[in-house]
Amino acid sequence: MTSTSLLETRALSEAEQKQAAQLEYIWREPTGFIGWFKAVHHTTIGMRYVVTAFCFFLIAGLLAGAMRIQLAFPESHFLSADKYNQFFTMHGSTMMFLFAVPMMFEALSVYLVPLMVGTRNIAFPRLNAYSYYLYVFGGIMFFVAFFCNTGADNGWFSYVPLAGPDFAPGKRADFWAQLITFTEISGLCVAVEVLVTVFKLRAPGMSLNRIPLFVWGQAIVAFMVIFSLPAIMLSSTMLLLDRTGGTQFFNPAVGGDVLLYQHLFWWFGHPEVYLIFLPGTAVVSTIVATFSRRHAFGYLVLVLSLVSTGFLAFGLWVHHMFATGIPQIAESYFTAASMMIAIPSGAQIFCWIATLATGRVVLKTPMWWVLGFFFVFIMGGMTGIFVASVPVDLQVHDTYFVVAHFHYVLIGGAVFPLFGALTYWFPKVTGRMLSEKLGQISFWLFFIGFNVTFFPMHLVGLRGMPRRVYTYPANMGWTLLNQIESIGYIFLFLSVLLFMGNVYRSLRRGALAGPNPWLAGTLEWATSSPPPKYNFLHLPTVNGREALWDAAPNQPVVAGLDEDCRSVLTTRTLDAEPEGKDEFPGPSIWPFLAAVATSIAFVASVFTPWGITFGTIPIAITMIGWFWPVKQAADRRREREIWSK
Amino acid sequence: MEQVERPVLDVSKLPTVNFGTKSLTWCGIIGMMAIEGMVFVLMIASYFYLHSRSVEWPPHENPPDLFWGTLNLCVFLLSIIPNEWYRRRARVGDKRAVQIGLVVLTLVGIANLVIRYFELRHLNCDWSLDAYGSAVWMLMGLHVTHLLTDLVDTIVLTVLFFTSLVEGKRFMDASENADYWYFVVVSWIPIYLVIYWAPRWLHA
Repeated sequence: MTSTSLLETRALSEAEQKQAAQLEYIWREPTGFIGWFKAVHHTTIGMRYVVTAFCFFLIAGLLAGAMRIQLAFPESHFLSADKYNQFFTMHGSTMMFLFAVPMMFEALSVYLVPLMVGTRNIAFPRLNAYSYYLYVFGGIMFFVAFFCNTGADNGWFSYVPLAGPDFAPGKRADFWAQLITFTEISGLCVAVEVLVTVFKLRAPGMSLNRIPLFVWGQAIVAFMVIFSLPAIMLSSTMLLLDRTGGTQFFNPAVGGDVLLYQHLFWWFGHPEVYLIFLPGTAVVSTIVATFSRRHAFGYLVLVLSLVSTGFLAFGLWVHHMFATGIPQIAESYFTAASMMIAIPSGAQIFCWIATLATGRVVLKTPMWWVLGFFFVFIMGGMTGIFVASVPVDLQVHDTYFVVAHFHYVLIGGAVFPLFGALTYWFPKVTGRMLSEKLGQISFWLFFIGFNVTFFPMHLVGLRGMPRRVYTYPANMGWTLLNQIESIGYIFLFLSVLLFMGNVYRSLRRGALAGPNPWLAGTLEWATSSPPPKYNFLHLPTVNGREALWDAAPNQPVVAGLDEDCRSVLTTRTLDAEPEGKDEFPGPSIWPFLAAVATSIAFVASVFTPWGITFGTIPIAITMIGWFWPVKQAADRRREREIWSK
Repeated sequence: MEQVERPVLDVSKLPTVNFGTKSLTWCGIIGMMAIEGMVFVLMIASYFYLHSRSVEWPPHENPPDLFWGTLNLCVFLLSIIPNEWYRRRARVGDKRAVQIGLVVLTLVGIANLVIRYFELRHLNCDWSLDAYGSAVWMLMGLHVTHLLTDLVDTIVLTVLFFTSLVEGKRFMDASENADYWYFVVVSWIPIYLVIYWAPRWLHA
């Protein structure tokens, strides 16, 4: 069943049914085992991103559980020192590179952005499939290495000289470095796809000042990805080359410098934090507007806050390096710059409060997660002001205070909005509602569990407990706080378990959602749930910031796209006036084969630099196969082509 | 068209062959250039960072010999003429001109690569001896990668243009291939200055 218009769900006319059948045929995804590897629709790939990233979240969460068991008792031997090093490194690296960014940016934007801007697929759908396979293969490689006792063990940022050739023999750090290459290429591909989708494929009428806030958030994150991720690709490549290729970038004996690594890492690493929580704030803006039943207060302020946070993110990286002995003037500058981030963050929070205060708030589960976000994220922001100040930072550097701070910011800024987002868009993706009751119980379990786990870390950190120690003596006064933290973990565990039970139950017996169960205003709610592979029967046009709320009584729809191929409409960047027609490629096995070839080259390069040299040959072959046109399609296009003046 | 009982925005007459900002692939390539350009910028920054930590630059070595790098710069700059010519012809669908242009640019790319081989032989440093050498080779390696990628791209497109598969989209590809060549040429200018002239200027 497909809805036919922006607002109503009337029955389809006969002609429309025929049109729907034709679209269904043209946009269908291949079936069968081989077909699975050929899929290119953004909802298919987006779903895979969500499920995969969530699996990595669970695995990394279990690693955290093992650490909490280890730390619950002083001088415990549940994990050896070496295992503990691998566990916390795998936990951090997985959470950051295989869960947080792929989930908050790639998964959410790949699934939602094309729907929210009203088009039929993401730009460069095959590149999108390629990016997903690279991401999965990178994750598999990382965990296969871990299960072979070659898990990364130098912390999630793998600093030199500890991770360099002199102090980290074996292949552990090399696998970490190549995990980065895999995941960052994947993220960069998605960034380009998202930007082109947002700036070229919007529905007519969706001028820049009408782009949904969620889409703005993801577009700004995509820009940040483009300018930040190259830094870590470079630094991890240098690390790998120092370790396997004999270069000397980080060897002080012959002119290298270890701080170069930190500068490059944090040029990426600080924006990384924001590209995890900016999608979170974008989700919050969306949910707050929907459940306040009004347009978001201060649209322009919200967008400009996102933009300025994006810019500021590149001016604060050195605040992660206060303890490295940098010049005092730099410390002062980076303290000031770090505190400035409070301005756009504060502006956003005031806009949300104003929206809630002047709207008619409906308190459903997604909204609860948003309220949880407010509390936790603001707490994290407060301790952020502490650690932005050099004297405090030097005092608490590398203690559990910092661990508490970044879990408040990251779980508050990303995981709370994520659960809100999963609950909010679940009906769209699956066509069924999650249980409100179970949803609220898992929220409260998570909220309580989170604070019980992480609040005591502030205290234990102030009492001097360093992060990354595998155990501690009984007389340090840290035992009780650690035990409280470990009990908190049980709540978190139960909450996530309950959430998954809720999903399982709803997939089978959940109430049918219909196209727009929350009465929301953005375009993804205009189509049926789950959306068909062509997204919209009639491509919509847009009349306001909330396309469904602001639609005219007789809002026009787009007509005139070719019906026998994957035809799409392109629009102008500023005003979204129709500009041209293009054609999306169909399903293909080549992106998968190219990803396999790329993965072979990357994994081989862990062992020898020749892996890249020879590995490029199959990559080139598969990429040419990917690019090579099909005669039939070329002939069809040639017959119909209209050249632009 | 089907019967729709509501106003429609008819887009059937819109162009299907678009160039520049109107083309999706062009926008995508600009995104890729931004990413790769950022890698170049960060690597150049790393080069100067390492310089700021050194007493002698280059350490115990002569700077790279000027001849081959400068020759390559000249070839790159001269290639702009045929490149711009076929880029413009591609935009009006002149198949013969694009074929000639692609063949010429393939030959130019091969020439660049041969000269690049001699450049690498005259860098006067080794990547494994010191950080200076590593930085020089890394910069060179990054640019060689771009040169090679674009050459393979150009060869594939050249072959394609002698088949019956040519249509509007392929002219878009040709025009965008030329745009990407500009990126390879333009990025060589700062890298050339850093590799060949920075050690001389910083030394003085």
